[in-house]
Amino acid sequence: MTVRVQEADFDTGAEIAQLRLQYPMAGAVVAFVGQVRDLNDGKAVSRLTLEHYPGMTEKSLATIIEQAMQRWPLLDATVIHRVGELPPQAQIVLVAVASAHRGDAFAACEFIMDYLKTEAPFWKREATSEGTVWLDARDSDQLSRKRWQ
Amino acid sequence: MIQLLYFARLRESLGTRSEQLEWPVPASIAELKRQLAARGGNWHEQFADNPSLCVAVNQQLATETATVQPGDEIAFFPPVTGG
Repeated sequence: MTVRVQEADFDTGAEIAQLRLQYPMAGAVVAFVGQVRDLNDGKAVSRLTLEHYPGMTEKSLATIIEQAMQRWPLLDATVIHRVGELPPQAQIVLVAVASAHRGDAFAACEFIMDYLKTEAPFWKREATSEGTVWLDARDSDQLSRKRWQ
Repeated sequence: MIQLLYFARLRESLGTRSEQLEWPVPASIAELKRQLAARGGNWHEQFADNPSLCVAVNQQLATETATVQPGDEIAFFPPVTGG
């Protein structure tokens, strides 16, 4: 498994290719890329700042991937999450999952994102024309996670 | 001693990101929150009446009943919003 928390951008194509070419058995690689929206709740977003808890963040992401691997027959998974200041349309997160068949890879990719959203210690602060605010957690993210229980 | 860490909105409200606290014997997270709330002002607001406050003991999510041992690293933070 690969877990990286970094300020730098990442090359989604290269990460997917690496996962795919490493496993001749892989019939499927499913990837999710999150990016900074230019509008949130109707306000123009000029910048998103991501804070995290160094040490716990990496452990938390590794635990989430391990849980996914216990649940589905995955070959491997990569999670890269950026921190620091990001402009609109910057990539924030990549989750890529390799498995023999697509069903397991689709499900595991969603599972990892749903747990990342509700358990991994990252916090977003958004700068708009109306000032800078910490974003609130969404109830819909909790509901998305509960469907796996 | 224990190491305390505060993140995001909580860190800004308290005006500090970390501190060391005397902690001679094991006690619960609930007891630690009572001690921090007793500092008054923003501390009371954040620790006495804040049901959404999250806590991690040695970098693992925990609950009020978890035990805090001398030497532990305890982090308090708002609900997470990554991804």
